[in-house]
Amino acid sequence: MKNKPLLFCFALFILISCKTTNTYNKIEGKRITITDSLPTDQSVEAFIKPYREHVNKNLDSVISYAVNTYSKSDGHLNTAIGNFMADAMYEQSNPIFKKRTGKDIDFVLLNHGGIRAIISKGGITIRTAFEVMPFENAVVVTKLKGAQVKELLDYLIEAKRAHPISKLKIVLNKDGNLENATIKGQPIDYNKSYFVLTNDYLVNGGDRMDFFKKRDTLYVLDYKIRNALIDYFTKTDTINPVIDDRFIQLN
Amino acid sequence: MKRREFIQQTAAASALVGLGGIGLQSFSSTTKKITILHTNDVHSHIDPFGPEDGRNPNKGGVARRAGLIANIRKENPNTLLLDAGDIFQGTPYFNYYGGELEFKLMSMLKYDAATIGNHDFDNGIDGLYAQMPHAKFEFISSNYDFSNTVMDTYVKPYKIFMVDGIKVGVFGLGIELSGLVDKNLYKETKYLNPSEIAKDMSRILKEDKKCDLVICLSHLGYNYSEDSEKPDDLKIAKASKNIDLIIGGHTHTFLDKPTIVKNAEGKNILVNQVGCYGINLGRIDFYFDANKNKAAEGVSIIV
Repeated sequence: MKNKPLLFCFALFILISCKTTNTYNKIEGKRITITDSLPTDQSVEAFIKPYREHVNKNLDSVISYAVNTYSKSDGHLNTAIGNFMADAMYEQSNPIFKKRTGKDIDFVLLNHGGIRAIISKGGITIRTAFEVMPFENAVVVTKLKGAQVKELLDYLIEAKRAHPISKLKIVLNKDGNLENATIKGQPIDYNKSYFVLTNDYLVNGGDRMDFFKKRDTLYVLDYKIRNALIDYFTKTDTINPVIDDRFIQLN
Repeated sequence: MKRREFIQQTAAASALVGLGGIGLQSFSSTTKKITILHTNDVHSHIDPFGPEDGRNPNKGGVARRAGLIANIRKENPNTLLLDAGDIFQGTPYFNYYGGELEFKLMSMLKYDAATIGNHDFDNGIDGLYAQMPHAKFEFISSNYDFSNTVMDTYVKPYKIFMVDGIKVGVFGLGIELSGLVDKNLYKETKYLNPSEIAKDMSRILKEDKKCDLVICLSHLGYNYSEDSEKPDDLKIAKASKNIDLIIGGHTHTFLDKPTIVKNAEGKNILVNQVGCYGINLGRIDFYFDANKNKAAEGVSIIV
């Protein structure tokens, strides 16, 4: 045993190292899926119950009535549910915008994909508003120059999709090109700027509506789309929107 | 001749270590097991998905998660329960109660700590602050500087937990808020570079504070493209020296099992993320053995 001093040092090192830090030598990792075969903690369940009951009772309270069932797939260039959404956003938001700026909103553009559920015939509840608009997107108003309004029209004409609009009217000829477009019944003046109501998703580049990137002032109304819907439903006894002539193609 | 010497030495050393082992029994003789349980991106999912749900029928639910965690704690009381952020937003519970129920339930489940996700700012920093009285667990974020906000002093850069004599250091990383969250919501919260903060925090915890285990609670996201500068959990793991485990979130990544990543020193560490909506619970068990020669042989990872 020529190496006694060395071994002693080694043993000492082990003793010291043990006192200062602990070292793990095995790790086991896994994912456990929460399924209905697991036991429910009854005290937690009992704690949630009154919250759930309150939320459900409120969500299921009827706040308006729908004459028909409205779906975003019913209609080509405009749909009843899209027209309803765009008109309701205008009606709810314009008084707020006017109070803040003294100006009126000129027209509305939302996105077809933003309507996430149908409105079924019969009682409309707060849950309906959560289903139609499950996201937290909010109403914004932005000022667009005439050139960008032209780009906006080109986008809609190219897409030929029922993106919800209000106060804007587009007529295409039988070849699918622009025949006529008006804002609040007046011919569009491309030398003028217009106040457009939309949502924060689109104004931030959603659905490649790039014309919003060249916007002027942005007005944030602190009004969620869903809350505007709930407010509109609450004050309206019955909704009966229809497919109309706001975006059409001539035969 | 040299080889013979080596064998002799090794045999002698083993014998000595064996003896030493007996001597050490007075302060730690058995294997210690630390269990880390974790969730991420629960997004206000209190109730389980219904039987009609198209993607996750009958999965999730806080009351079931509570039952599962209680059973695991019964099996091993030396357990930490952590959340990697985005506790808020996703069901009407959040719209109605602003996160009160989420925090109260996490407190009932005895969560130890959570980091802050981008959606936790959805009712503004004031909305988050308003729910603080309902949270009986720690908020940990190392790269959000809250000093000019109402959240100042409510969020710690790191926290050291003593679990059965094992020192567990936890720090937190949050995603860049600019461009993701409205400035009006996060206000004067300052975002600091997560890669640099991760290096500093893990060094402080491992070397200065002598933690046995360093856990990074991250809401950066699992993996962005290699050429992207955007920090993610895999990049943080590869560049690290002192992190043992990264618990991630944000990207709603459903990993079947934790990912093993070689760190800057060639050591294997784990990165895990369990999807979203409380559908899964992650479980990582660390076994600490008093017998040091075992540890010298390396770490076996079973995933």
